[in-house]
Amino acid sequence: MQKVMMGNHALSWGAKLSRAEVIAAYPITPQTEVVELLSNMCADGDLNAEFIKVESEHSAMAASMGAAAAGARTFTATSSQGLALMHEVLHWATGARLPIVMGNINRAMAPPWTIWTEQTDSIAQRDTGWIQIYTSSIQEIMDSVIQAYKVAEQIYLPVMVVLDSFVLSHTNENCDIPDQNKVDAYLPRFENAYRLNTDKPAAFGGLTGPDWYYELRYKIERDIQKAIPLFTETGKEFGEMFGREYGLVETYKLDDADIVLVASASIASTARPVIDQMREEDHKVGLVRIRVFRPFPADLLRKLLGGRKKVLVIDRNISFGMSGAFYAETKAALYNEKKAPPMWGYIAGLGGRDVPMDVIKGMITQTIAEDHPAEDIIWIGVKR
Amino acid sequence: MRYTIPEQEIMCSGHKACQGCGATLAMRYALKALGPKTILTIPACCWSVIDGPFPYSSVGVPLFHTAFETAAAVASGIRAGLAMRGDTETNVVAWAGDGGTFDIGIQALSGAVERNDDFIYVCYDNEAYMNTGIQRSSATPWGAVTTTTPARHFKQERKKDMIGIMAAHSIPYTASASVAYPEDFIRKLNIAKETPGAKFIHILASCPPGWKTAPELAIKLARLAVQTHVFPLYEIYEGRYYKLSMDPKKKPLIDYIKPQGRFRHLTEEQVDEMDKQVDERYDRLKEQVERSKPWFEAKKEK
Repeated sequence: MQKVMMGNHALSWGAKLSRAEVIAAYPITPQTEVVELLSNMCADGDLNAEFIKVESEHSAMAASMGAAAAGARTFTATSSQGLALMHEVLHWATGARLPIVMGNINRAMAPPWTIWTEQTDSIAQRDTGWIQIYTSSIQEIMDSVIQAYKVAEQIYLPVMVVLDSFVLSHTNENCDIPDQNKVDAYLPRFENAYRLNTDKPAAFGGLTGPDWYYELRYKIERDIQKAIPLFTETGKEFGEMFGREYGLVETYKLDDADIVLVASASIASTARPVIDQMREEDHKVGLVRIRVFRPFPADLLRKLLGGRKKVLVIDRNISFGMSGAFYAETKAALYNEKKAPPMWGYIAGLGGRDVPMDVIKGMITQTIAEDHPAEDIIWIGVKR
Repeated sequence: MRYTIPEQEIMCSGHKACQGCGATLAMRYALKALGPKTILTIPACCWSVIDGPFPYSSVGVPLFHTAFETAAAVASGIRAGLAMRGDTETNVVAWAGDGGTFDIGIQALSGAVERNDDFIYVCYDNEAYMNTGIQRSSATPWGAVTTTTPARHFKQERKKDMIGIMAAHSIPYTASASVAYPEDFIRKLNIAKETPGAKFIHILASCPPGWKTAPELAIKLARLAVQTHVFPLYEIYEGRYYKLSMDPKKKPLIDYIKPQGRFRHLTEEQVDEMDKQVDERYDRLKEQVERSKPWFEAKKEK
């Protein structure tokens, strides 16, 4: 079925198609339409789920944990301040090994009050052990929710499906809504082997000393690394069943590229026609869109970027006192490579500042013109 | 001989509680009443430690340890998750201390009770942050010494009326209880079990290290708290109808105060002041009970 819908509704549809059984959510601009549509779906009986209308995002994640621990497939969504409020419970969901899926709409952090897009909210949660998928189209948002459950439930770790505020959350695109029977075949009912079960009583998360805590952390790292092959496998299977394949990254005109632009989310979509233009002007430019940021696809990036002439990374986020996160991590991944290219890091689009084609083109042109990056953070068009 | 308390033991020995711990007795009785078809969630509190270190547990039911302020929200989630998996029988119990209930957890608790989510919330109240080393909470009584309210600046504020706050949510059932009256506690848990929606039980759990008392006095003090009207035992139905579980002839407050090191610094005048507060509160409770009598009589006739 084809349907024109906004990014937020694509999240709701993703949850519905995945047959989410418990939804616990709290409203925040620009996420509200996600939960509005889900509560309508529940009220109309289109979705057989318990909707817990919690009093805060902190409780949204806490209730999601309870539901997931009881064995139910669980969904929630938030943004920005809400995600920050959840921080403590995000760690808990990972440590409790609960395969919760959450939509996060990237909104810049206050103060000052703002509602426009920026990735710093989700980037600030990168050490919580949540898998993070950065989407770049409305269709991908819906598909990513379904794929997220498929990955999460095999390794017992939670997944965040991330989308840009307004640019994706409130933009309408035509979507192919996959057939429910096919989704059911791709994503069967989940049986949590470690659910709270009165026939098999056990305590979860009890006091653990230095003699075991280390091992429990090792297991989280071991299992999040399993998501690397899992994203490729489940993305390929998704492609075979639904005609749209997803992986850890998406490449565009990369094969013979000397200059590689690394970007994520909607900026990567804007970059594609820029690459076309530059190609027409005889610049061998290609694109790598990082789709899965956690686990970070370091091996793959080493393969894709090692030996290139120059790499530039655009970050719509900032780790104050350092640089953009995608830049820092891409650079770190290539540090031990003999053929590591010089890398430029551009900060753009903070607080929803538009990043149009000519701005991206300017960054590529600057990268081509310079021999070496002058500084770790290159600001574009900032009013100093 | 007929036992007045269920024989089944779902809690085992080997737990990590202090000697004379009221919170431990409270759990033992609660599990006797609730049975093995029970799921517990416990936020940060003494019971996070009492249950025992990983991989051990001293309760024979599933237990989800959770963050300090989340017990009620997690319980809502467990209930919803169970419902979606076709389980409507299992008792879902949030088991929290006074800090996790009166202070940091009150928002999630208020939210869950306002939604009338179907679970039992038990607050075992030892009247301070005992697990972190006896710091004042909003459940600490007026006059008490804690490590953050030293004798020269003892707690100047009255204990928060948590049951009153729950009643203001029109909670279907709320009651106070005491480890010194296990039959009464178990009867209340049985009512909670049978009542759909949110239930809140507030049990006073004596704490020898925190109250600075001898462990062997734990039960005696919990009983004296009721007998001196400091901690009356009562129930509230539908957030409106009050019923005293017992109305003992008041013993002198000093009987309760004197054995406790946390009140040792109080002057005679200060004890009198405390006594006034106790009477005031008890009188108000009696007024509510009087007002509620027709409702209970009408219920009986039905």
